[in-house]
Amino acid sequence: MDKVVNDFSIIVGTKNGSGSSTANNTLLRAIFKMGIPVSGKNLFPSNIQGLPTWYTIRANKDGFTARREENEIVIAMNPDSFARDLASVAPGGAFFYADDIKQPITRADVAIYPMPVKQIVRGDPGIPSDFRDLVGNMVYVGILAQTVGLDLEKIYAALNFHFKGKQKPIDMNFNTVKASAEWAKVNLPKKDPFFLEPMDKTDGLIMADGNTAAAVGSIFGGVQFAAWYPITPASSLAESLNDYFPLLRKREDGKHTYAVLQAEDELAAIGMAIGAGWSGLRSMTSTSGPGLSLMTEFAGLAYYAEIPVVVWDVQRIGPSTGLPTRTSQADLTFVNSMGHGDTQSVILLPGSVEECFEFGWRAFDVAEQLQAPVFVLSDLDMGMNQWMSKPFQYPDTSMQRGKVLWDKDIEELKGNWGRYLDKDGDGIPYRTVPGNKHPMSSYFTRGTGHDENARYTEDSSVWLRNMDRLRKKYETARTYVPAPVSYTKLGATVGIVGYGSTEAAILEAIHQLDTEHGIKADFMRIRALPFPQEVADFIQQYDQILVVEQNRDGQLKQLLTVEYPDQAANLKSVAFGDGMPASAKWVREGILAKYKQPAEQR
Amino acid sequence: MTQPLPMAGAAANVNLAGLAKNDYRGNPSTLCQGCGHNSNSNQIVSAMYEMNVVPENIIKFSGIGCSSKSPTYFLNRSFGFNSLHGRMPSIATGSLFGDHTLKGLAVSGDGDTASIGMGQFKHVVRRNVNMVYIIENNGVYGLTKGQFSATAERGLSLKKQGANQYMPVDICMEALVSNATFVARSFAGNAKQVKELIKAAMSHNGLAVLDIISPCVTFNNQENAYHSYAWGKDHEEPLHEISYIAPRNEIILEEEMKEGEIREVSLHDGSVVVLKNLDKDYNPTDRFEALRVLAEAQQNNWLATGLIYIETSKPSLTEIYNLVETPLNRLEEADLRPAPAMIDKVNALMF
Repeated sequence: MDKVVNDFSIIVGTKNGSGSSTANNTLLRAIFKMGIPVSGKNLFPSNIQGLPTWYTIRANKDGFTARREENEIVIAMNPDSFARDLASVAPGGAFFYADDIKQPITRADVAIYPMPVKQIVRGDPGIPSDFRDLVGNMVYVGILAQTVGLDLEKIYAALNFHFKGKQKPIDMNFNTVKASAEWAKVNLPKKDPFFLEPMDKTDGLIMADGNTAAAVGSIFGGVQFAAWYPITPASSLAESLNDYFPLLRKREDGKHTYAVLQAEDELAAIGMAIGAGWSGLRSMTSTSGPGLSLMTEFAGLAYYAEIPVVVWDVQRIGPSTGLPTRTSQADLTFVNSMGHGDTQSVILLPGSVEECFEFGWRAFDVAEQLQAPVFVLSDLDMGMNQWMSKPFQYPDTSMQRGKVLWDKDIEELKGNWGRYLDKDGDGIPYRTVPGNKHPMSSYFTRGTGHDENARYTEDSSVWLRNMDRLRKKYETARTYVPAPVSYTKLGATVGIVGYGSTEAAILEAIHQLDTEHGIKADFMRIRALPFPQEVADFIQQYDQILVVEQNRDGQLKQLLTVEYPDQAANLKSVAFGDGMPASAKWVREGILAKYKQPAEQR
Repeated sequence: MTQPLPMAGAAANVNLAGLAKNDYRGNPSTLCQGCGHNSNSNQIVSAMYEMNVVPENIIKFSGIGCSSKSPTYFLNRSFGFNSLHGRMPSIATGSLFGDHTLKGLAVSGDGDTASIGMGQFKHVVRRNVNMVYIIENNGVYGLTKGQFSATAERGLSLKKQGANQYMPVDICMEALVSNATFVARSFAGNAKQVKELIKAAMSHNGLAVLDIISPCVTFNNQENAYHSYAWGKDHEEPLHEISYIAPRNEIILEEEMKEGEIREVSLHDGSVVVLKNLDKDYNPTDRFEALRVLAEAQQNNWLATGLIYIETSKPSLTEIYNLVETPLNRLEEADLRPAPAMIDKVNALMF
């Protein structure tokens, strides 16, 4: 049997609420510590306790860490999903299962490894009876470790991190890992080809989830006010603010330079955030689809009244509860025109955990410079899973507060200023904020027609002038938002366009297209709307541009078509939104289905 | 940016803040002549002047509705945010974190607060946000605008106008059961009481709810043409032309109400409100008594007027947050962005 080293996927099937996430994160982190590129995806149901849940880990020596649809190693701990788990093992794979599950083993083409979970756990008197099920998960960690060569020292380091150095739980769990590994060494001869061997591919990297990165990035952005309402998968972003604020904004006098409010609903959350932004604070809220829908009216007001606020949308699927634990990229067209009437939203599209950090602080610069709401579209896959990441980088510019006039500024202007006056020709006016004590500084903010001095008016020509200036401001925004990133190669016959967290899957698909199908593709990952010039430059180069995204209707492709009508015939959609984290397989198959061989190569 | 209004006549008096009454005014009202809200706006101007308030230390807030337009008609020198229907409380809550030394002055209506805004109203009350929250309430005893208001009394059959089928909302009761720290009610035509209560509300640290019954002069609402036509026919008034707004005089109490007095006041549509001023010995710090008075008033179809409840020991919202003394919106990068060394610390906290 040929060894398969550092190139396989594991999936663990357990019961939701059984505490397997500690075990799964431990496996993930231990593999990372061995220097092997790795990813972990939590495929969990919308349920607090009892339903089947899965965790998939992919180790890949070449750094291709997008989720795979095939799994070589399957660990089955849940009788409710046992048959399904057994059927899912790739041919030639390995099947580990809790041996108290008495269901038929119907596969002859996989290595079968029964695990005496209950027996090992009961064999340790140090485990209290109400902890047995929880610690029982460590049995599969230990047995797997022994079978594939996972370094126990790295497992210890992972447990140490998870339990924050608290010796008692570390020891209780690690003892079970060791005992299980010992048992497997003696009783479980290896019958499969899969091995993990140390590498150095993760040196200098960290592991983090996108929501934590977003929160910490926002704090480095000087965020002062956050209002939120709980919703999966965004809750952990606001909760991370609560965790990290006391550490990162600690003062000698113990006083606070920030406030986090849990509002009564998303209408109040966005209202509070906008109020705070209006009164001069770096202000944010975070939510997902259903909450975002509630925020629509306020978003339109903030656009029109030109109030800076940052809104994180960690995208999931469906209205109401929808599929709240599934990922998507399906809010793009909604956010783009969010608000009744003519609206054009500024949107940031992070594609990695480090970009969640970076856009966390950059979004405030963009919002305050443009005096506009900025929507940052993340997704459940990026927000809630642990990803390998470059370390977070300290912001490379000072905080950009935009055009704000304080008391002495108004004095210098002798009171001569206009809230909606396009003084500089870029569409961005100057603003004042409450607390300014100059008697000429105040103005009345509202959604009604207003002239350059914020005076109420119903005059049509004034309305038109203001709307045109808002459009001009949107054009200006092209130079304020992050440029796309692109990966190009010689001889590319097709341009692939995508956004957000699908990059890993797309790059792997492109690699496969090249090595297995002889198709060379360039890839551009768009990181913001309005589209910077680089987007136009990119798509003009190809006879076919395939837009890859996780939604049904090809939303980015629609927006590109409207923006670049001359390219409409060349833009094709590879859109698929089943809620699962992207795999290279669907990207590749989607591209192949739409790809046209250039004439001269037929 | 806001032009100081021209002053007519000779040297004006100034208050202790060195400001003239004109410094507290706003734009001319575009509300109907005789509207109760205009009287309230005048009392706000007078109260602020007499209390020596500096206008730049106030932020005005409003929702949407006739009452919500009124902040333009007072305190031009103050910043103002006229926001969304029913959503002003959230705007005010967030705004007042920008500079916690400023006081909010909010004007809302019965629809803005008790219909669409009921949720946000309850929560701004329980958070005890530091602002005066005035409801200019013209929906009591219903049909003053052609639609039933949430505050309209059930079963009340107005002359030839049909009956309201739903139970009423008592804004003062709603505030009280949500643990408001200041609850009062008055009547727009009782200018002296209105001004006194505005002053009391301004002095209160926390949310001061002031429900002001503020009669509407317009009944020929285009959304309810049947009602207005039928009513007009029966009363032989020139109301067949439903866009015609007859000039009306504001309803003013000729004589001030005494403590404990019950008085019936006729409104322009013929309906009657019954006001009952609180008794001489009434103790507004007794919450149980306040609940009793409001329940009794509901039973008797009265509207209790006066300072119904006050509790001064609860912190206002920003006080709970232990903020630095410097207003948050004056803080600079050194206070807000963690030092460069902290990035290594953060990375070390990740795996």
